[in-house]
Amino acid sequence: MNTTGFTVPQLDYAALLPMLVLFGAACLGVLVEAFVPRPLRRPVQAGLALLALVVSFGTVVLAAGTQTITAGRAVAVDGPALFLQGSIAVLGIAALLLLADRTSDEQPTEAFPLVLFSLGGMMLFVAANDLLIMFVALEVLSLPLYLLCGLARRRRLLSQEAAVKYFLLGAFASAFFLYGVALLYGYADSVRLADLYRAVGSSGRSDALLLAGLAMLLIGLLFKAGAVPFHMWTPDVYQGAPTPITALMAACTKVAAFGAILRVLQVAFLNTRWDWRPVLIAVAMVTMVVGAVLAVTQTDLKRLLAYSSIANAGFILCGVAGLGPAGTASTLFYLASYGFTTVGAFAVVMLVRDADGEATHLSRWAGLGRRSPLLAAVFTFFLLAFAGIPLTSGFISKFGVFAAALDGGAVALVVVGVIASMVIAFPYLRLIVLMYLSEPVPDGPTVTVPGAFTAASLALGVAATLLLGVVPGPLLDLANRASEFVR
Amino acid sequence: MRTEAATGVLSALWVLIALPLAGAAVLLLAGRRADRWGHVLGCLTSGTAFVLGLVQFFALRATEHRSVTLHLFDFIPVGDLKVDLGLLFDPLSAVFVLLITGVGTLIHVYSIGYMEHDPGRRRFFAYLNLFVAAMLLLVLGNNFVALYVGWEGVGLASYLLIAFWYDRPSAATAAKKAFLMNRVGDVGLAIAIFLLFAQLGTVSYEGVFAGVDKLNTATLTTVALLLLLGACGKSGQFPLQAWLPDAMEGPTPVSALIHAATMVTAGVYLIARTNPIFDLTHTGQTVVCAVGAITLLIGCIVGCAKDDIKRVLAYSTVSQIGYMFLAVGLGGPAYAIGIFHLLTHGFFKAGMFLGAGSVMHGMNDQVNIRRFGGLIRYMPVTAITFGLGYLAIIGFPGFAGYFSKDLIIEAAFDRPGWTGWLFGGIALFGAGLTAFYMSRLYFLTFLGKPRWTDDVHPHESPRSMTVPMIVLAIGSVAGGYVLKALGLFEWLNPVFGLAPDEHLHAERLSAAAVTAMTLVVVAAGIGIAYAMFLRRPVPVVAPAVTNPIVRAARNDLYANTVNEALFARPGQYLARALVYVDSRGVDGLVNGLAAMVGGTSSRLRRTQTGFVRSYALTMLGGAVLVVAALLVVRVG
Repeated sequence: MNTTGFTVPQLDYAALLPMLVLFGAACLGVLVEAFVPRPLRRPVQAGLALLALVVSFGTVVLAAGTQTITAGRAVAVDGPALFLQGSIAVLGIAALLLLADRTSDEQPTEAFPLVLFSLGGMMLFVAANDLLIMFVALEVLSLPLYLLCGLARRRRLLSQEAAVKYFLLGAFASAFFLYGVALLYGYADSVRLADLYRAVGSSGRSDALLLAGLAMLLIGLLFKAGAVPFHMWTPDVYQGAPTPITALMAACTKVAAFGAILRVLQVAFLNTRWDWRPVLIAVAMVTMVVGAVLAVTQTDLKRLLAYSSIANAGFILCGVAGLGPAGTASTLFYLASYGFTTVGAFAVVMLVRDADGEATHLSRWAGLGRRSPLLAAVFTFFLLAFAGIPLTSGFISKFGVFAAALDGGAVALVVVGVIASMVIAFPYLRLIVLMYLSEPVPDGPTVTVPGAFTAASLALGVAATLLLGVVPGPLLDLANRASEFVR
Repeated sequence: MRTEAATGVLSALWVLIALPLAGAAVLLLAGRRADRWGHVLGCLTSGTAFVLGLVQFFALRATEHRSVTLHLFDFIPVGDLKVDLGLLFDPLSAVFVLLITGVGTLIHVYSIGYMEHDPGRRRFFAYLNLFVAAMLLLVLGNNFVALYVGWEGVGLASYLLIAFWYDRPSAATAAKKAFLMNRVGDVGLAIAIFLLFAQLGTVSYEGVFAGVDKLNTATLTTVALLLLLGACGKSGQFPLQAWLPDAMEGPTPVSALIHAATMVTAGVYLIARTNPIFDLTHTGQTVVCAVGAITLLIGCIVGCAKDDIKRVLAYSTVSQIGYMFLAVGLGGPAYAIGIFHLLTHGFFKAGMFLGAGSVMHGMNDQVNIRRFGGLIRYMPVTAITFGLGYLAIIGFPGFAGYFSKDLIIEAAFDRPGWTGWLFGGIALFGAGLTAFYMSRLYFLTFLGKPRWTDDVHPHESPRSMTVPMIVLAIGSVAGGYVLKALGLFEWLNPVFGLAPDEHLHAERLSAAAVTAMTLVVVAAGIGIAYAMFLRRPVPVVAPAVTNPIVRAARNDLYANTVNEALFARPGQYLARALVYVDSRGVDGLVNGLAAMVGGTSSRLRRTQTGFVRSYALTMLGGAVLVVAALLVVRVG
């Protein structure tokens, strides 16, 4: 035991600022909730949250190029971390715009600080250089999400059931993660990623400790990413949660989870890659196939998008399994571009409504192309991007991860991936057919005119999906330059 | 052949194409608003292009190498394939530019009167402009891809114009037939271009012609034959001639411009342009000659038996293009002779088609020459201009055809070996037949006693129609002598790799002997026609005959039957078989796979029970698997 006592670690505030801004704003939001009179709360909260995210994104941009490990070697601020934090901030803005819009089913104002806490946790998650900090970040990002899932005003039972399921299974997954950390500590006498890297091969302890620990750790992370066989929560939770929260989870949580997977595998376990890579490839294959096949028979739009997000998790894992800077860069690009498309798609879902809220059953969408051609066109565009049609970002990002996997020698993975992307194109195209070629249902859902916030979020999604499909160069360059982890 | 970059007025070569293209775009996009002034715009763009072409022609004469290229932009930069869109203006393209824009402008003007009462006149002028633009691109491109784009463009314009009266089933069918038969030829051209690119890595004329001597004989012959197939399709040559007579379903100005003077000569242009390829393959040249000889005979024979004024002219076009093919197949100095005949033919055939249109205009759109007769008194201008064209086509001394056709016959006789006697003999015989059927046409239409149906009141056509006819008639009279005197051969020869002053020196039969023989057979043809159709009364219904040759000729020598039996029916059977394979085999496989995926999906869906306990169990199972997999690989 060290008798000199606790020493304050050096903090590189510039590098930590993106997270500090979010956490600070979240705390302020709690105070706002307590002291600002009710009618003013909503605009104040929404403005505060958006401002915090914009400032946070600004500080990420300012910190660009930083390569540092700070806070007592617990936080690593490097290329991937900053890229992912930037993505989280921008996608967070897009999702928050949906949450803030008046035309949506209004969520309680407490949602805003919760979202900020969660986003702050995600940013810490992708920068954690220490498994314990990573676990703390995991909980910081998860707990607010559990609450947010249960906040739906309509279909309250479904929403609360989703929250409980997510909480229970999340706790289960966290236990795996923590147990993995314990085993790895037993192997390496440390929970720092760099120490683990050095311990591999030089530690005298049994490799079973290392491998079992790594497996448990991965299970915890793959759960958050929604990979098969840890995906079962996804459709129920995506369906039950309020749609803006679903968008937040589909976009930002995915970014955070894959960011952490990349960091753990590349920084700490690079030398054991011959052990974990086959397992990762197998998981990727199963994830793509199960997600794609199950999407075929879905009848609820939000569940369909949930399975699509599972299949996409598999595609992203292809990039992770590609290893090396190319794999990292393609994964980063995929995460960012997919996030924009998915937030946009959920924004469309929010606008098509029945008397009792969003009309998510597929049959209600029949003939939408005739009644709201513009909305149907936008949604079609998103679906084509999901299907990976050229001139959309979906094509470039799929091409990127498959190319990276191929470079890494994972031919079988790419073959399965291409087949899966063919299978999953079917439900997307069927939806397009449904919108344009089917007779409209007589008492069909109404399409609400989007408020300014939702419109802004939709425009952001369309613009990003189109631009990243037509001129992907700048973002690809950025991802390539940001693909070096600091150890 | 050396070339230089375009400067000065020549750097505006692209305007030649852009003008009619812009005209077409405006006319098509402006819609009904342009109905009142559309025809004027159409004539203006074409006429301006002619004037510009003339200015550029003289500018070209002043340049050192008499050949300029103008680089426009990188058309297709993909991998190894780099196609730069550039224009080549040399003596060959220059004469084509003047022919296309000159005759084109006259026919635009003529169409103002001819289409006056047609509600679709603006659309008609738009298509005509589109045609002119595409044809100019065809002759001005400096690479095979640009040529191909123009080639398809004129095909499209031809299709649209044949089917201009698309509510007539016969016109729609004829357009479809023309399009499909052209497609057969176009495939040949496309494959030839692929082959050249695969072998030489370039599609520019410059690069290809510089590298052709490196190709082996088999490749060269294949490329030549494929190019010939393309040329046959576009020019209505054997065995793809059957579409051209049917194309007369289009308005008559179209027949004059596209299906007589310009587009159908694109095949001749193609062979003349690719002369470095044909010069190296004797087999290829022989096939070109044979195709030309066979086609000119077919055209003449069928032309003798037809009663439809436009169809007779169409078959005479087929036959005259056969002469041109024969000429360019002979090679050497005969290339320029072929182009010479193409130009004179452009004048007299366009003139005669306009004359036929004028006759139809005055005769309630009737086309049966057995119901004409004696029209010279009622439409003298038409009869005289038509007559001058008639004298030109049969090769009456001093008229345009006399200069060009005699030279072809002379050159054909001069081909070494027995083929020279064969081709020369056919060409000579064809001249006699031409004299016969053209005399028959002229006698039945303009001379003799009227055999009209009761309701017609023949009258001369308006000024806008007669003026172009007169201009073209002047060309039919003087074109041959003037072009020769102006030095057309000296102008064209360098394109074909010859010295400017290289002329045909007939060794086998002297020019005088050939001329004498030709005059004799022509006189015989006229004489027989006179005896049969002016001395004797003409029945208004074609007499039933048992003579198999006449019957075959009336049935287009069974070309359609042959096409149907050889191509259409096997094609139908193939299509049916493929449909069967597709619906039973491919669809079965696809539907089966889809059903399998769907079934798997529904079964898997049942695992999604909604119970947290079963979800957790799945997770646990997965966790065990993952841990086991990692451990088994290393430890186990």
